[in-house]
Amino acid sequence: MTVNEEQTTIGVALEDLTREVKALQTDGYRLVQIGCTDTGGAYEVNYSFDRGYQYRNLRLTVGPETEVPSISDIYWGAFVYENEMHDLFGIPVNGINIDFKGTFIKTAEKYPFSVTRRGGDQCRNA
Amino acid sequence: MPERIIVPFGPQHPVLPEPIHLDLVLEDETVVEAVPSIGYIHRGLERLIEKREYTEYVYVAERICGICSFMHALCYSQGIEEIMKIEVPDRAHYLRTIWSECSRLHSHLLWLGLFADSMGFENLFMRSWQLRESVLDVLEDTTGGRVIQGTCKVGGVRRDIGAEKLAEMHRALDPFEAQCRDLGDVFLNDETVKYRLQGLGVISKDEAYALGAAGPTARGSGVAMDHRETGYAAYGDLGFKPVVETAGDCYARCAVRVKEVYASIDLIRRAISEMPEGSLDVKVKGAPDGEYFSRVEQPRGEVVHYLRGNGTKHLARARIRTPTLANIPPLVKMLPGAQLADVPVVVLSIDPCISCTER
Amino acid sequence: MGIFQMTKTVLRNLAGGPATRQYPAVPARTGPLTRGHVVFDPATCRSCSLCSKRCPCEAIRLDKEAKVWEIDRMRCIACGDCVESCPFGSLAMEPEYFSPVVEHVVERYTITYVKPEKPAKKPADESAGA
Repeated sequence: MTVNEEQTTIGVALEDLTREVKALQTDGYRLVQIGCTDTGGAYEVNYSFDRGYQYRNLRLTVGPETEVPSISDIYWGAFVYENEMHDLFGIPVNGINIDFKGTFIKTAEKYPFSVTRRGGDQCRNA
Repeated sequence: MPERIIVPFGPQHPVLPEPIHLDLVLEDETVVEAVPSIGYIHRGLERLIEKREYTEYVYVAERICGICSFMHALCYSQGIEEIMKIEVPDRAHYLRTIWSECSRLHSHLLWLGLFADSMGFENLFMRSWQLRESVLDVLEDTTGGRVIQGTCKVGGVRRDIGAEKLAEMHRALDPFEAQCRDLGDVFLNDETVKYRLQGLGVISKDEAYALGAAGPTARGSGVAMDHRETGYAAYGDLGFKPVVETAGDCYARCAVRVKEVYASIDLIRRAISEMPEGSLDVKVKGAPDGEYFSRVEQPRGEVVHYLRGNGTKHLARARIRTPTLANIPPLVKMLPGAQLADVPVVVLSIDPCISCTER
Repeated sequence: MGIFQMTKTVLRNLAGGPATRQYPAVPARTGPLTRGHVVFDPATCRSCSLCSKRCPCEAIRLDKEAKVWEIDRMRCIACGDCVESCPFGSLAMEPEYFSPVVEHVVERYTITYVKPEKPAKKPADESAGA
């Protein structure tokens, strides 16, 4: 398989996030997704961008209660991912353009993917 | 200034196959604002990866959605193969391409039917689904499942298509294409269809790009972006040019899908005639360690599977960004200005797949 | 004019028969590969438990001591992974879909496989093996 694309990942500090995102937007990148990964006690937030199949990731590492600035004033469509980040992981995101305040994804349990919630899952084969 | 009222649209609505809710702010009959909300059927499949071995998760990935199911399995498998540096045999690539394109065909024909239904053209709806049935029959004969194929696995494919069946498929393509062209002709040239769709739900090229639109929603606005161009599976060998329309309205999005049906038939035809001989899979040993963002073009747009292995049989994280989630912001921007009676058509024009969105 | 695009198809449909079938009077179309339901042969199962380990939806349960093999048809997604993984050919996929049920029943089989008597070994071999 010869996939004609490049993927790069660079770390970014919390205070540089909006500046870096703004720079990428000026360069003509589009927002692909924002996704969280829990790395045992902390979250890795991947902001993925793409321009002509060149894939760039900004990786932000934050603690469970750290407030993250919203990038929705730069990319208007970021609100779906940021609300999802808040509703599933419980990461507080500051200043989303359409803030659903935890009602975008309605889950029976609050913050089902949060690092602070562990155990209680039933699985026989695992 | 007319009084503003809020009309809830969905989650149960005759035109919606799946639950999505929109609060429509109306001035008289015109939409001025739309607020979406989802989450009615969220299943948490991303988290199931911690409980399933990475080779088993293919079956789970496949069941994220009943329409793009093969491509979810393909995207997941490609991600794992990339992490573990597995070289998949050529024949597997070609078979994957054929099944992907069959899935695209049946997905687009399903959508064309639903779209015809949303604009009140019942006869066209039935005709689209009648054609879709013949694609499903081929899928069932070659894979054993009508919509859940279950043939893709990490390291290759689970089934072969025999030379006889391939020849039969090749023969059936010409009459099938003629029927599809008759169907597409109605969507593209019928005055009543044009009258209903043209100039509706317009989104400009720059706006579509800035909002991160994916798939036919982006291509209908003139953004030439199709992940098949990167040449995953056998697309690199077969060569591929994205179908692009520039008007950015519902008619353009419909035209993109009609023309993609023709393009898919062509791709299947070429894949069958260039099918290489060889083995179907390679043995997979060990466990994935590393991370990769795997991307595949689904009927609805680009899907991203972020996979992260930690050296055990269970992956640490799978994050799946499906095209409908990316197409919700463009939808919110499309709706203002539309009449209330046109809202179902505009909503369907992005081809919302809520099962995908709510992994 | 573009207002009679559909006429040709309509006329053809009038002449042709119905595209649907009178299910369930006429059975659904299946192919030889169709994944309908899993059947189990208790006479050949050697309780290796590969099927229950591979099952992605935990539909199969095997109790080696009690020699019991169970399948929960409501969990089974008919993926066919157990059939492919079974080294003894005890599992097979039948193309007919399982008929609807009104009760949640777990199907239970008692494994009747009997280990064939091994030819008596010399004591020297046994000690070498241990």
